[in-house]
Amino acid sequence: MGYELVDHTADLGIRVWADDIKGLFEEAARAFFDIITDLSKVEAHLQREVVVQGSSREVLMVAWLNELLYLHEVEGLLFCDFSVAEIDEGAVTGVAGGEVFDEGRHSIKTGVKAVTYHQLEIKEQEGRWQAQVIFDI
Amino acid sequence: MTEHGAVQLKKLDDYRWLIPREGGMRTDGMVYADERMMGDIKKDQSLQQVKNVAFLPGIVGPSLAMPDIHWGYGFPIGGVAAFDEKEGIVSPGGVGYDINCGVRLMRSGLERNDIQGKIKGIVDALLVNIPSGVGSHRKDLKLDKHQQRKVLQKGAQWAVDQGYGRWEDLEHIEEKGRIPNADPDLVSPKAVERGRAQLGTLGSGNHFVEVGYVAEVYEEEIGRALGLAKDQVTIIVHTGSRGLGHQVCDDSIRVMLQAAQHYGIELPDKQLCCAPLGSKEGKEYLAAMACAANFAFANRQIITHWVRETFEQILHMGPSTLKLDLIYDVCHNIAKLETHEVAGKEQRLCVHRKGATRAFPPHHPDIPPDYREIGQPVLIPGDMGRCSYVLVGTERAYEETFGSTCHGAGRVMSRHQAKKSARGRNVTQELEAKGIYVRGASMGTIAEEIPEAYKDVSDVVDVVQGAGIGKKVAQLKPMGVIKG
Repeated sequence: MGYELVDHTADLGIRVWADDIKGLFEEAARAFFDIITDLSKVEAHLQREVVVQGSSREVLMVAWLNELLYLHEVEGLLFCDFSVAEIDEGAVTGVAGGEVFDEGRHSIKTGVKAVTYHQLEIKEQEGRWQAQVIFDI
Repeated sequence: MTEHGAVQLKKLDDYRWLIPREGGMRTDGMVYADERMMGDIKKDQSLQQVKNVAFLPGIVGPSLAMPDIHWGYGFPIGGVAAFDEKEGIVSPGGVGYDINCGVRLMRSGLERNDIQGKIKGIVDALLVNIPSGVGSHRKDLKLDKHQQRKVLQKGAQWAVDQGYGRWEDLEHIEEKGRIPNADPDLVSPKAVERGRAQLGTLGSGNHFVEVGYVAEVYEEEIGRALGLAKDQVTIIVHTGSRGLGHQVCDDSIRVMLQAAQHYGIELPDKQLCCAPLGSKEGKEYLAAMACAANFAFANRQIITHWVRETFEQILHMGPSTLKLDLIYDVCHNIAKLETHEVAGKEQRLCVHRKGATRAFPPHHPDIPPDYREIGQPVLIPGDMGRCSYVLVGTERAYEETFGSTCHGAGRVMSRHQAKKSARGRNVTQELEAKGIYVRGASMGTIAEEIPEAYKDVSDVVDVVQGAGIGKKVAQLKPMGVIKG
């Protein structure tokens, strides 16, 4: 499991890899919040169940990350720990652990506006899963 | 003819480059740039994106790109594309996530020297009075459900109704600060929820409030009509529709991915997903987009009011001395139904401007009466270390670009490169040495926004002036900036 940043003139993206598709979604979420904040300062004090629907793996990936972005914006949550219980063709069910943003302890490295479908790619090659996602900053 | 990847380019004159129609393209591409700029533009995939837009059904005229073009998602940033109301499509990707991200400019009754020693006080107070960080919002602005709907329907008019600013401000806003046919029922509860606490906040990224002064006036008479004179203090506000607009865009893209399939529209890139203008999906997007645009107009109007209060508070002067009047407010990311003359005939078009500004010529009926002789004011912010420009729209822009021109500097460095380049440097100190006091909620943002991460806005403006799709009126230089 791992990820690297993808440089894009105005925006920023991630390339993520994992051994299975659940791990891919978990790692993408971790990479996403690693862009937003310093993850070493975030602890999993509370948990949120996340369920999203979509018509393909790609749409599910965008929906999954956008749902986490929604919780971040509306409830001021930062997440560091992710566990995906189930993925099928129509839905992702998972749990995200984190805590409420605390101005004294946490910092925002990058404000993300949205998770885009631009150059979105999810593929499986020789038993390894890989995804690319670009964010609008 | 030169070739870049799969994109053919034909230089027409010093400022115009044609991408000839080929394959699935329904029209040509046209890029406004000079030779040097084209070198930078070729480095990313934005020319391919100009080409991709030309594939979309019902496109009228060429797929256009302004000199500040850079790689966007789907449509390039700096792109303009018009579609026939009956045959054409509307695409959320042609507007972008930050619906009605835009700029407004205020003039003042102050001169540069009047505030020179007080700029730090003003900037620090702006940072307190205008929230920008995560979860920060003013406690004195709380909306119930009914009020939230009114914001989406009435835009800046709602804000003025509530005492944020003056009625005469509305005359000087594109569309008078209210896009018609906004239907709040088409905005998802999620979008409303994201917007709830973000009205009256600046947001992150490239958004800012800048206090500056008029460094140069190129067109005395037009400058006078705009009330601009050398050394006069000006204020720029740059922000958009925040999470509400981002969510409207995301919701709509999901709908449009299905719609494009349903209507058999072939897409060279998923992010170009769209629906016919006459379809249910197309109409619903425009009605939801109008809500987000109105939210952005209200947002800039509220922030304007707080800017005025901040100046009163720090300088101990009243409104009649400060004279903080709104010159104009323009949208940068929007799709609008407009009437244009195409091949000698009037045609109703949906003009998408994504990182581009409307630039209507003198005597256009949509321009406020006091600017009718000079053309619509166009505000082009630069990076925080250099300068910004005031332009007016031209007849040529109306003929060639559906009355559109550039919107800003355009990035040349990715955020990652910019941060790398800023490592080990004290960017705020560097700027302070140049007489520019910058404060931001996050220092990371300031590093990403270093001046050299952008094209020089003067080069961009020179191209639109050279091409005749904008007329340079004045140059503004920054003194103090708050970044989101």
